Amino acid sequence: MASNSSRGSSERHRIAQHRLSVIAGHLQRPLNGDTTIRATECKAQGTRPDVATEMKTVPRRRQEIMKWNGWGYNDSKFIYNKNGQAEFTGKRYRLSGMIIPGLRDWMESTFGATVQHKTPATPVLNTSAVQPPTLNEAFVEGIKSTGIPFSHDPEDRVFRSHGHCLHEIFPLREGKVGRVPDMVVWPKCHNDVVKTVELACKHNVCLIPFGGGTSVSSALECPPEETRSIVSLDTSQMNRVLWIDEKNLTAHVEAGIIGQDLERLLNESGYCTGHEPDSMEFSSLGGWVATRASGMKKNIYGNIEDLVVHIKMVTPRGVIEKSCQGPRMSTGPDVHHFILGSEGTLGVVTEVTMKIRPVPEYQKYGSVVFPNFEQGVACLREVARQRCAPASIRLMDNEQFQFGHALKPQVSSIFTSFLDGLKKFYITKFKGFDPSRLCVATLLFEGDREKVLQHEKQVYDIAAKFGGLAAGEDNGQRGYMLTFVIAYLRDLGMDYFVIGESFETSVPWDRVLDICRNVKARIVQECKDRGVQFQPLSTCRVTQTYDAGACVYFYFAFNYRGLSDPLHVYAQVEHAAREEILANGGSLSHHHGVGKLRKEWMRETVSDVGLGMLKSVKDYVDPNNIFGNRNLL
Amino acid sequence: MASRAVYVHRDPMLKKRDDFEDILEERRHSSDLRYALKCYTPVLYKGLSPCRASELKSMVLQSDQLQYVINQVSKEMGRTAEEVQAEASTILDEMAHRLQISTVRFFAFTLSKIFKTLFRSICVNEEGIQRLQQAIHEHPVILLPSHRSYMDFLLMSYVLYTYDLSVPVIAAGMDFMGMKIVGEMLRMSGAFFIRRSFGGDKLYWAVFSEYVQIMVKSGFAPVEFFLEGTRSRTAKSLTPKLGLLNIVIDPFLKGEVFDISLVPVSISYERVLEEALYARELLGVPKPKESTSGLFKARKVLSEDYGSIHIYFGQPVSVRALAEGKVNRCQFNLTPRHIPRKPGEEIQSFVNDLAYRLVRSQEENMVLTPWVLLAFLLLQNQAVGNERGMSLDELTEQAAWVRDLSRQFGAFLHWPDQLPPSKVVSSSLSLHRGLVRISDGRVQLALEMPHSAMTSEEELLNRAVIILSCASYRNQALHLFIRPALLAVAIQAASSNKKQEVYNSFSFLWNMFSNEFILCPGAAVQDFEEACYLLVKSGALQISQQEILVSGRGHRTLAFLANILDPFLEGYQMVCRFLYEATEGLTEKQFVPAVRKFIIKHLLTGRLRYAEVLSSDLQKNALAALLRLGAVQKLKGCQGALKVNKVIVNSLEDTLGKKQAVSRSLNTHGLFLDLDKNSKLILVSVSQRRKAAHSEGSRRSTLIPTR
Repeated sequence: MASNSSRGSSERHRIAQHRLSVIAGHLQRPLNGDTTIRATECKAQGTRPDVATEMKTVPRRRQEIMKWNGWGYNDSKFIYNKNGQAEFTGKRYRLSGMIIPGLRDWMESTFGATVQHKTPATPVLNTSAVQPPTLNEAFVEGIKSTGIPFSHDPEDRVFRSHGHCLHEIFPLREGKVGRVPDMVVWPKCHNDVVKTVELACKHNVCLIPFGGGTSVSSALECPPEETRSIVSLDTSQMNRVLWIDEKNLTAHVEAGIIGQDLERLLNESGYCTGHEPDSMEFSSLGGWVATRASGMKKNIYGNIEDLVVHIKMVTPRGVIEKSCQGPRMSTGPDVHHFILGSEGTLGVVTEVTMKIRPVPEYQKYGSVVFPNFEQGVACLREVARQRCAPASIRLMDNEQFQFGHALKPQVSSIFTSFLDGLKKFYITKFKGFDPSRLCVATLLFEGDREKVLQHEKQVYDIAAKFGGLAAGEDNGQRGYMLTFVIAYLRDLGMDYFVIGESFETSVPWDRVLDICRNVKARIVQECKDRGVQFQPLSTCRVTQTYDAGACVYFYFAFNYRGLSDPLHVYAQVEHAAREEILANGGSLSHHHGVGKLRKEWMRETVSDVGLGMLKSVKDYVDPNNIFGNRNLL
Repeated sequence: MASRAVYVHRDPMLKKRDDFEDILEERRHSSDLRYALKCYTPVLYKGLSPCRASELKSMVLQSDQLQYVINQVSKEMGRTAEEVQAEASTILDEMAHRLQISTVRFFAFTLSKIFKTLFRSICVNEEGIQRLQQAIHEHPVILLPSHRSYMDFLLMSYVLYTYDLSVPVIAAGMDFMGMKIVGEMLRMSGAFFIRRSFGGDKLYWAVFSEYVQIMVKSGFAPVEFFLEGTRSRTAKSLTPKLGLLNIVIDPFLKGEVFDISLVPVSISYERVLEEALYARELLGVPKPKESTSGLFKARKVLSEDYGSIHIYFGQPVSVRALAEGKVNRCQFNLTPRHIPRKPGEEIQSFVNDLAYRLVRSQEENMVLTPWVLLAFLLLQNQAVGNERGMSLDELTEQAAWVRDLSRQFGAFLHWPDQLPPSKVVSSSLSLHRGLVRISDGRVQLALEMPHSAMTSEEELLNRAVIILSCASYRNQALHLFIRPALLAVAIQAASSNKKQEVYNSFSFLWNMFSNEFILCPGAAVQDFEEACYLLVKSGALQISQQEILVSGRGHRTLAFLANILDPFLEGYQMVCRFLYEATEGLTEKQFVPAVRKFIIKHLLTGRLRYAEVLSSDLQKNALAALLRLGAVQKLKGCQGALKVNKVIVNSLEDTLGKKQAVSRSLNTHGLFLDLDKNSKLILVSVSQRRKAAHSEGSRRSTLIPTR
């Protein structure tokens, strides 16, 4: 994983190639079936794009490579093979094609989910279940005349009617489709968006921007009360890196680009943004801006609000952007902050100037085992106090540690399994860690080789003070790899009566332990009170550290056999869990956003006046509610 | 009206209670020594990381909470932090328990011996024990026993040890520390000692609350304390004290534990050891200071029969479930949780409601013996001046009638139905032969015959001792009858049988007596409805939309119920009269001796019917009620001098005394007693009253007319 420290340009290129293989190398290069001629203005708009843009991941007909009723690529999923063993299909990921021997037992012992009780998904969308579109003829004519591609094909529309909340995916698996957009448009550049928005205003059409479609806040759901024609504005074809400015270390990028493409294209020039949210394979730059996204390596690179230098957004009032690219300004409240987190209620982000960094020369994973969660949190707090957090540091609780264990692929040699046994013996017997209490932190260091090694030592020294034992690079690396495949696992669960989801919060340090304990206990209690027959999985991890607090992620799943309305039960439990989070001093959201799922708590979160401020901005910018997804407010 | 949801209106007949098991039974048949040395492995709180009593101390001293206060105090007092820290450490040493198992075993052995001689049986509901065991495993547990005797906490620990449950840590009053060896023994069996008053001592409060909270949070052991604060000398439940309850639920409100289980425990004694002692104390003989030698002098009690004890472990109450929707826990989000601050109004009212609810559930699960019902009858008979007492047959007939009534009201009555009632009555009487006399088949209270050697005052006090002792048994069942009794008096006093009029009159009495009985604050309407419900169910009343009618057979019930309140009405009236006649500059301290003297004078003239009005408990409650209602005010800075509003006090006395005449004077007189917005008594004219009634609708509760 390392390279030497020479900075020659060919060397840099080599590093870039290497990064490609680390982050995005597992991805298939899809054939781009889209052959529509690009509108001429778009070409003329920028100077020659710095980077070749032909190999793009997201086609207009996304369903050709992605699941319409589940997570991720069509070819990648967990299945039980004919030997009854769990296996991950496809070729895209490190785990692809591997057998995971422990998973089935884990599913059975954790959820009571057995192979006998299956709930397979409807394989193909029944297009007759989709409402015929309500089209605004004048708008359609207008779009036709601009040459912007559009569609009212049911599959295209259904794909853009949802994010990935449980209550959005679950009905789709049963073939049930609710309100969907009446039409999809694919603008190719900023000017296309300007025209689309003008037409929408002129003909009073509801626009819902759609980026990567990875929302987990019901943000993409079409409001059922909306009577106007709903048009989904798919930004995926606005995906060029327009320029790279090496003097200022910035890049100007179209906002529809998805994370993995952005990283890959910048890597080709030896740069990266360092912004890696867990959804980066599919989520888009515009989506990050609109939800105030956070990346795994924010300790080095910052969250999205730290990364953007300039934003261009098209609103019903016109285009908003700043006049310069100064690194900081004192010009009243920062107008960027009306845009960051606006969740598609004010307009469409079309272009963003972002900070970039040279690709780091050296990367190293690591992991630490703690005797219990309390010690682990104390260690993270100390690391944050000393401001020496590595690029990423995450602490999993015992349940997640066991889960991670269950996801270990089949080991290739007897020797490896012997070594594993030895490690386990050392930790539990020799060091006296209780296997039902210990927990693990995964680490990722990045930077100059020497500095990384020095940094690594500092962190391990702190960990040792809290009883932490270094547990190897492999465990760490696997932890991060799992981040990308864990979303696929929910689909396997749903095949066998298990439903679940994750949600997050941010909380001051002194409350981390309390919130983890109470929210987990609340979930268990609510499940019991609501007649869930099986013990739920209720687990958490601390995923980010800040000076004044941490980000905590909760995972919650249960076997719904015996429940007549599992989705309702799920929603009630999740609601109760959020109440508990708020009662324990946690925030409404750290980076998922509010959407429609959490907007009932907005008033108490930002106060009456705060809500009024946001409303008045909306009223000014979009008086006719053209951007009518009804998120946030 | 925050209490509305805490207070649940239930059909008392549907109340299911567990069966009892006698734990002395086994002790009588097997070795006490083996029992004391048995393998003892109590179930622990799941979140417990093992720690010893001594480790608690350093946890307390190092806690953020205490450190904060230490710094604050050192700044305010100009002392060094080290000095204050040392003082905190001293306070903690004085306070802390040193629970150790060997002492617990020693107590298990000796108490077995003692209990077997004192009591016939100690009955415990085993299902309650199972619930408790489950609760201890899941959440920190607070045990809240009723407090009628010193025996209470020894008994509690004894029972928990017997059932292999964690021996609790117990908040005990500092007075026990006076008993040299015993004090230390108690400390080693889990008692920790708190000063009776430490009002303004910030440091003491901080050490104390942090000490208790750390035990709660760590699940070290169940924390036990008495909601009533002190032993009830009258066997009526006392108004709950909120300080410790506030402290123990704080960790939940601040999110430091997921939930806390509060377990009300009702301990009922067939005969209380301190029976006569309490009566003397109420009459003004001060309580003897606890001392070890005093304890040995009390040995003679060992030779007597104290009957059975019933201990009922109630349903654990989840603080979380009750706080849902009542307390917004977000209020702690914006300041660090270790900085002490006064609980806000929302929390205060929640804790207050919670405390009342718990005391009520203690009351409900008190086992009543037939003797308790006999006490009602004997006292009522004595009060009508019947010198010859009642015949046994008459007493039996009436007792059976009261038994049926109390069962309809949901009493937890331990009446052996397999025996003929006459048997039950006579065996109850024999256990309490110190209080009753039976001659020629007639029963009456064992009041001493006039004696030439005694002054009439001494004679009066001697009679009062017997009456107050007897009343303390009657009081055990007061909670059962109090609401219907208030209604019965209200019906008599109301100007018409209109429901609203009756309610107004009920509400006035309810307000007047809410320091005397456990009446949940703000729950007058629910209490009224409950009383109506019970009396309709027992066939005494018929209630339509507008009117309340007494049925033919209801008169006996209502007369019995109204009689229950008579001594209290008379007592409050006397207190009002006393205050009306009192001279300027009466202080709170002088109040009890002075009012006692005043009442003795009146009793000796023979104008009063109830010697019970001599009870200092009643007198203090009456004063507290008058202070609460604003009829009397405490002047600041005059050593507790009382300022009496003579006009109001005088009107009150009339109102309380002429309950029959009230109805006729409704429209003839100019001024009415009323409550203003702050629940203070005021006098208003008819026209003002009408105006108020118009503007505020029927929300106005008390409208009792006066001259």
